Amino acid sequence: MSAPFLQVRDLSVRFTTDDGVVRAVDGLSFDVHRGRTLGIVGESGSGKSVTSLAIMGLHRRGRRVSIDGQIRLDGEDLVTASSARVRALRGQRMAMIFQDPLSALHPQFTVGDQIVEAYRVHHRVSRAAARRRAAELLELVGIPEPSRRLDDYPHQFSGGMRQRAMIAMAVSCDPALLIADEPTTALDVTVQAQILDLMRDLQREFDTAIILITHDLGVVAELGDDVLVMYAGQVMEHGSVADVFARPEHPYTWGLLQSVTRLDEQRDDRLRTIPGAPPSLITVPPGCPFHPRCAYREQAGPATGTVRPALVEAAPGHRVACHLPAEVRQRIRAEEVTPAR
Amino acid sequence: MTRFVVGRLVGAVVILWLVSVLAFVLFFVVPKALGNNPAVLFAGRSPDPATIAGVTRKLGLDRSYVDQYWSFLRGVFVGRHFDSGSDRSWCPAPCLGFSFRNDQPVWSQIVDALPVTASLSLGAAVLFLTVGVSSGVLSAVRRGGLFDRIAAAVSLAGVSLPVYFTGLLLLLLVSYKWHIIDNVHYVALTANPALWAWNLLPAWIVLSLLYMANYQRLTRASMIDTLGEDYVRTARAKGLPERTVIGKHALRPALTPIVTILGLDLGVLFGGAILTERTFGFRGLGAISIDAVNTQDLPVTMGVTLFAAFFVIMANVLVDIAYAVVDPRVRPR
Amino acid sequence: MTDNHPTTEDRPAATDDRPVATDDRPVATDDRPVAIDDRPVAVDELVRVDRLTKVFPAGQGTFGRRRGAGAGVRAVDGISFSIARGATLGLVGESGSGKSTTGRLLSRLLDPTAGTVTFDGRDITRLPSRQLRPLRRDIQMIFQDPYSSLNPRHTIGAIIAAPLRVQGLASDSGQAMRARVRELLELVGLNPEHYNRYPHEFSGGQRQRVGIARALATRPKLVIADEPVSALDVSIRAQIINLLDDLRAELGLTYLFIAHDLSMVRHLSDTVAVMYLGQIVEIADRTTLFEHSLHPYTHALLSAVPIPDPASTRQRDRIRLHGDVPSPRNPPSACRFHPRCWKAQDICRTEAPPLADRSPAGSLGSSPAGLADTAPTEPRGPSPTGRPDTPPPGPPDTTPAGRPGTSATGSPGGPPRHQVACHFPEERTVI
Repeated sequence: MSAPFLQVRDLSVRFTTDDGVVRAVDGLSFDVHRGRTLGIVGESGSGKSVTSLAIMGLHRRGRRVSIDGQIRLDGEDLVTASSARVRALRGQRMAMIFQDPLSALHPQFTVGDQIVEAYRVHHRVSRAAARRRAAELLELVGIPEPSRRLDDYPHQFSGGMRQRAMIAMAVSCDPALLIADEPTTALDVTVQAQILDLMRDLQREFDTAIILITHDLGVVAELGDDVLVMYAGQVMEHGSVADVFARPEHPYTWGLLQSVTRLDEQRDDRLRTIPGAPPSLITVPPGCPFHPRCAYREQAGPATGTVRPALVEAAPGHRVACHLPAEVRQRIRAEEVTPAR
Repeated sequence: MTRFVVGRLVGAVVILWLVSVLAFVLFFVVPKALGNNPAVLFAGRSPDPATIAGVTRKLGLDRSYVDQYWSFLRGVFVGRHFDSGSDRSWCPAPCLGFSFRNDQPVWSQIVDALPVTASLSLGAAVLFLTVGVSSGVLSAVRRGGLFDRIAAAVSLAGVSLPVYFTGLLLLLLVSYKWHIIDNVHYVALTANPALWAWNLLPAWIVLSLLYMANYQRLTRASMIDTLGEDYVRTARAKGLPERTVIGKHALRPALTPIVTILGLDLGVLFGGAILTERTFGFRGLGAISIDAVNTQDLPVTMGVTLFAAFFVIMANVLVDIAYAVVDPRVRPR
Repeated sequence: MTDNHPTTEDRPAATDDRPVATDDRPVATDDRPVAIDDRPVAVDELVRVDRLTKVFPAGQGTFGRRRGAGAGVRAVDGISFSIARGATLGLVGESGSGKSTTGRLLSRLLDPTAGTVTFDGRDITRLPSRQLRPLRRDIQMIFQDPYSSLNPRHTIGAIIAAPLRVQGLASDSGQAMRARVRELLELVGLNPEHYNRYPHEFSGGQRQRVGIARALATRPKLVIADEPVSALDVSIRAQIINLLDDLRAELGLTYLFIAHDLSMVRHLSDTVAVMYLGQIVEIADRTTLFEHSLHPYTHALLSAVPIPDPASTRQRDRIRLHGDVPSPRNPPSACRFHPRCWKAQDICRTEAPPLADRSPAGSLGSSPAGLADTAPTEPRGPSPTGRPDTPPPGPPDTTPAGRPGTSATGSPGGPPRHQVACHFPEERTVI
């Protein structure tokens, strides 16, 4: 396989607030290859959205935000690059779509104008040429009568159409990396399926690397090649979707998988739950950040409350950050996790 | 869109009519009911009964209120006669009556004063709008920074200092101490544009100081809101230069509340910036109305009131139309 | 993708060829005597909804600008169902389906335009507002957003006690009241000593627990939960679902559970109704609905839900609908699903399919009389009022043609019936 298009190494993002330092992302590393999709799964405050904004260079660097580590886009480090350079790459080599297309599109400009603008920042073409391109893009994402719809405002589009228009805008410059932050959370389920299909089709056509940020394990199972499970700004588990769903290694992943209701299951017993709530990122628990909520912390030994577990390979390409010994994990999984499903 | 505009205009006419009725009641019905015969006011100091009777007939005060109002309304559109039997005068449309004090048609007084007020208001508006909005934008972008804090302090000072203080201070400095502008007075724009602007400048500054603070703060708050909007993040994600992100994507929606306030402020300013006109000795609508009130000159007071109401209402109509232009979501299909 | 026009302009504006009454006046169900109470109502039936309709007036006209009369939004259009005491009815559907409106109609937060709601044997459809207070004690709601539904300036003790005060269920100066609030806090799994804290001191999940405690304060019989976990984090959702589950068992509650998450509805409901553009298109017990559904829309809906298992989710039968849900402002004629349906025939465009019984032949008459099948539709002889229950066949009918008045749901006495509104129902495995 060729070199990964995006390499993130030891990424940390910190915000200084009046209440203290927020460690939003802490020591994050992963790769994304062209033509593949990495799903980043986590709850609110897990750092998944902060990560995507850091890659896009959308955190305003200054006294309050500090970003450390490396973000290599096609070999070029974005953390040390000038903001002008990152701006030139933004929208051109990497693009992003957001959760709520109604608020992400400008209400006072037509859909066509917004796409034209996105294209013309990076291409020296006439307005007319850019407009033709915009119509092609709307057609590409499955909007009927594209030339006519160019002059509509976002509020005249339906929810699904808006997200399609948003995608058209994002792919206007053929980006090699597309970051989708909860792209279907605000949509109806039948429309979500359409949008996921569209993303899959576009990826096949343009060999795009996709980062799919979501809280929905089902969406990752549907579209992801790899999955990264984040908790309190740190990676808990990272591997191929097939491996992580079939042989989850981390107690947090177990908790997530067990606590969601599944359409293909009808159970009358209570759901398994993860006790407590995610921690504040100002006071992340020492050691393994998940240990206060972990049902197996006793078996992980005293280090779990003091030493941060390293992210190690449990199997080739499948990494996990957990103090539980591998054989204990396997036993628990076999006895409690897998049979339950 | 045309239907929308026409609808708004019709609404404005209805409101204006209501205001005229209200003004008529206030100026001619209420005083009489309270025992203040307008004819006595007109006739001047210690009048004899014959004069009062003549005045009463001339002003039509002996007729029914409906009749009087009808004459008044006709006067506005087609002009009217004032006839006391002995002397008969024609008041051409738009007729708002004659001043009790100097027998001049009210309309001509307003027409004379209007350029003064318009120059003062529009000039000040340009000034406080440019400075207020741009400093508001800068404050929002560098929130908590040095500029933001200085702007906040300056605008607070501006809004707290009364016009007769800042105005007199400025006059003292430019006119009496530094002799930059000697003898500040109104010069018609058509006569000498340079002198027009030069003489009005101190008044513009004084008036702007009063309004700038509002616009600065409003723009700042509004911009802080829009800068946090998702579509601004989208604009950045497209790779647009920061200038475009702020000047186009964030500022345009932030202008909506500012347009609203501007409409109201302009309407009020056109009714006369009384203190500023007084301080600088300009004979604008404000000065006229304050004189009219002081001398109980009912026709002039009423005329200026109606005229000011006209501007406030028209400004509101323009705001509504501007809304529809700025924001497609409120545009009727 | 050719026919996914998202907006309404290119759909036939045919509101006049539907068999459903479309004028602004209340549909004729309103005119006939409300005879619900005369029927033999099952003893264990808590809620009965009969041809319930809600029309929101269109556009708020200002100053000479008003849209044509009659162009209201039929958010809920003649739906009927019943909920047995202690059972849970799950209401699913996408945006514009009318599921939330239905919840608000049941709790009388909204006034129905037509149809009837019977609660505990009593017609509450037209209850005047001063008589609503005792009703509010029996019917409580849990809302989606625990952040906005709690007053930030009140302590949670005061928030939970508020319904008790309003209802006069506890004296103001109260040891008794405080004890009750403590009891409620404990019931929902919160520390009873946190009585004096403010909502902002709690996490999202805990706030939703406060919301639940407030709903339970008056010992309601029916709890309407409108997307109670959608705003919560994944790991918190299960906690709240379990809590709702436990409370049902402990307090014998009856739930109307409104959600767009079908897997959650499957977990929590006895009976599930699928709504589309204001109408129920399919209703059945949960096993039947999820495993033997007959309506194409149900199939599409189920097939669109991703399953957190890559091996199975990628091999499923995929049904992809074109376009979004049409606007309820101008719904398609006849069968409302026909523009998106791959099985649509001519009849689907001209004739609305009735919500008809599709229960397996054997199970139809098997339920004990007066329990599950209180629907006045089956030929069981004339009803006590002597009124024919179903209007004579054939259009123009004022209610969806031949639609049964009710559907019994989740009654412990017999199997709930499976009803589908489709001209061409067919079983299909999509999960």
